[in-house]
Amino acid sequence: MSTLKVLDGDYSGWRCAACGQSLVMAPAVLEYMGSRFEVELPRCPACGLTLVPEDLALGKMLEVEKLLEDK
Amino acid sequence: MGMDQKELRQWEARCTQEEPPRCQAACPLHLDARGLCTALAEGRVDAAWATACRTLPLPGVMARICDAPCRAACLRSGLGGAVEMGALERFLARAATRTPPVRPLPARGKAVLVLGDGLAGLACAWDLARKGYAVTLAARDPGRALLARHGDELPEAALAEALAALERMGVALRTGADPSPALAAREDDPHALPEGVDAVFADPETLSPQALGLGEPDALTLGTTRLGLFAAPLPAGGAAGAPPSPALLAALGRRAANSIERFTQGASLTAGREREGPFDSRLSTDLDGVAPAPPAPLPAQGADAAWARAEAARCLRCECMQCVRRCAYLEHYKGYPKTYARQIYNNASIVMGMRQANTMLNSCMICGLCETVCPEDFDMGGLCLTARRDMVERGKMPPSAHEFALDDMAQACGPDCALARHAPGQDASAFAFFPGCQLPASDPGAVERAYALARAALPGPTGLLLRCCGAPAHWAGREALLAQTGEALRADWLALGRPELVVACPTCVLTLRRVLPEARIGTLWAALAGPGAPAPGAASGEALAVHDPCASRHDPAQRQAVRELLHRLGRTTVEPALTGEYTECCGFGGLLDAANPALGAQVAARRARAAQEDFVTSCAMCRDMLARAGKRALHLLDLLAPGEEPDPAARPAPGHSARRENRVRLREGLLRGLWAEEPGPRPAHEALALTIAPEAARAMQDRRILTTDLQKVILHARETGRALVDAATGRHLASLRPGPVTYWVEYEPDGAGGFLVHKAWSHRMQIMGGPA
Ligand code: SF4
Ligand code: SF4
Ligand code: SF4
Ligand SMILES: [Zn+2]
Repeated sequence: MSTLKVLDGDYSGWRCAACGQSLVMAPAVLEYMGSRFEVELPRCPACGLTLVPEDLALGKMLEVEKLLEDK
Repeated sequence: MGMDQKELRQWEARCTQEEPPRCQAACPLHLDARGLCTALAEGRVDAAWATACRTLPLPGVMARICDAPCRAACLRSGLGGAVEMGALERFLARAATRTPPVRPLPARGKAVLVLGDGLAGLACAWDLARKGYAVTLAARDPGRALLARHGDELPEAALAEALAALERMGVALRTGADPSPALAAREDDPHALPEGVDAVFADPETLSPQALGLGEPDALTLGTTRLGLFAAPLPAGGAAGAPPSPALLAALGRRAANSIERFTQGASLTAGREREGPFDSRLSTDLDGVAPAPPAPLPAQGADAAWARAEAARCLRCECMQCVRRCAYLEHYKGYPKTYARQIYNNASIVMGMRQANTMLNSCMICGLCETVCPEDFDMGGLCLTARRDMVERGKMPPSAHEFALDDMAQACGPDCALARHAPGQDASAFAFFPGCQLPASDPGAVERAYALARAALPGPTGLLLRCCGAPAHWAGREALLAQTGEALRADWLALGRPELVVACPTCVLTLRRVLPEARIGTLWAALAGPGAPAPGAASGEALAVHDPCASRHDPAQRQAVRELLHRLGRTTVEPALTGEYTECCGFGGLLDAANPALGAQVAARRARAAQEDFVTSCAMCRDMLARAGKRALHLLDLLAPGEEPDPAARPAPGHSARRENRVRLREGLLRGLWAEEPGPRPAHEALALTIAPEAARAMQDRRILTTDLQKVILHARETGRALVDAATGRHLASLRPGPVTYWVEYEPDGAGGFLVHKAWSHRMQIMGGPA
């Protein structure tokens, strides 16, 4: 599984409230209807809390969800 | 899979849109007169001529002499007179600047002998040459009789050009001698075909069956007792002594050519030939609103381009499309039920790849209008519902299509909203008021007032039954869920002692009759309008347009009761063009609004335009769909049991969160007010006070995110500390996945113990953590 780079925004302004760390880009696995993708997402390096930004959720992600639902 | 090939064919056969228009069916050669007129009315002379050339044998001859039997069948006949197809063809034969060349199919290696001078023989030779047969035409002077019969109409040059075209197509012309009967048989064996010849056609004008010494040929195949020899008597009809119809003569030649093709291929000579000659088309064309138009006057100097355009424009372009014209959904997908049936079939047959028709078949409102207008009763709703059930059964229904609507139903049937009680102070119920789940969501106050009205009007103790009838499960194709909902409903009904249900939602009436057939079910409207019911006070006001909910389409008594009540209220009513049995759905039916909200809004907007006046309707959902489309609309209860609202027609439709909250509050208010009972506590997250920025509120409505979803996220973040913080703005960002959807909220504490929500979004994909 190759990691998809779908974000080019800067998310370093977000810090993990629990760990106090700034988010860094890291591969994350997304799953829907039995299909898995590896995508780079902003993540807390300490606890792994992962951010799915609004434009990703409503753009690319929604598009793929619909495709998978019609498969 | 749900539909098999045979069922598909049955569905397809029902829709007559692809049936030929009457002219084409009546034409012995089945010329596409509609297509020809369409091109010609646009001034495309060569295209119109090409259409004629596709069908006619020897087009330069046929077009000039055809006796146009299509005229008698033309649907324009009763509206000014039949389209002058014969004259149009003659114009085209003269005016076309280009005749498409005929390209015969690859040679079949079969030889056919055509004996005779007449039009049937020429047409037979033409068709067979086109099909790739090696044709020899033995004749004295082919077409000569036509020149004599048709005089000025058929110039010699036109005939010469047709014969030249035949030769270019490879036909060998053996002219100069009368074909004798002897040519039709082998010299040494009068029962066999001539040497090296695979089939023979004897033109009736040259060699009649009698002249050949044969009995009457078979009318369907033109076959004779000599295998491979085809012959025909002259076509019947026409006045005695009149020349035979050119169209019928050419059609005889075509029939012979088809028989010869079947014969030389060893195929059945008889199968599937019912529609070879003139037949009655099943196409039904609605002539409502078509203005009469007399034939275009022929200019003194003869037909010209302007005349031809005007005459061709009189063609009605006969087609059906009666359902499509009345249904925004059918129109939206750019086809008609026959094509949709195939798309739905293909959608279900896909093993690998995309199902292209999922959204299409989930967008039908299952409203029954198409079946009502269709001359063949095509029920698109039934077709879509079958397809949905099949998808659900096979686990192929897209989860997002109906989930939100089914969650809504679950809430209405759940402990926070459902209620089954005898009237306060009673221990039995002869009746039970059943408002459905959308009236409580839209206007809970109206439910309380209607219940009071019902208790006063009905001749027996009247309990209350709050829950959803199960219509969303039905529309979503979830039969098991519908059955389950029906069972819970039955349990409540039995607990109340089998009361007669007095229903205030037309969709509930339909659904209850389906899931609770043993119950007596009536409408609140009939109960209030019935004899003995108190007359409501007189009111006045502007005329109102009645919007019949689609669920009342086949319930004239219900529709009549609504009008009777409006009449007693002193209101004048008007009817939109589509009303009563032919009413349009508001865009909510069939869960269209859930599966395809954009189309749902379009449908509602279209219905909103159907009347100038304010609408009045007996369905809370119809009212809200119209209100969402910006139309002033009243619920009947706004008139029968008005509340405080000064202008109820302008009341906006509540959003998703408000609808659910309304249901909960209604139950709480009723319990406290009528039964002096304290409802159970609200869940902890609902205590969180949220202020939602207007932009976020709009996004939540579009994205179907509820306030309670956000409350759950924020409470969870507070309890676990799992959230993100933006140092610059001080905003928090948190998410939670309480079910199949993950919700995100960007918010900040408002300093007074509550939260200010800036953004909210969701996704269905699940984050599984880092890569394994
Ligand atoms: S009304 Fe619709 S379904 Fe019925 S025949 Fe016409 S086009 Fe087909
Ligand atoms: S109106 Fe046009 S399409 Fe209809 S029957 Fe007449 S020629 Fe044919
Ligand atoms: S929405 Fe109504 S009229 Fe349109 S196809 Fe469906 S059932 Fe027929
Ligand atoms: Zn962390």
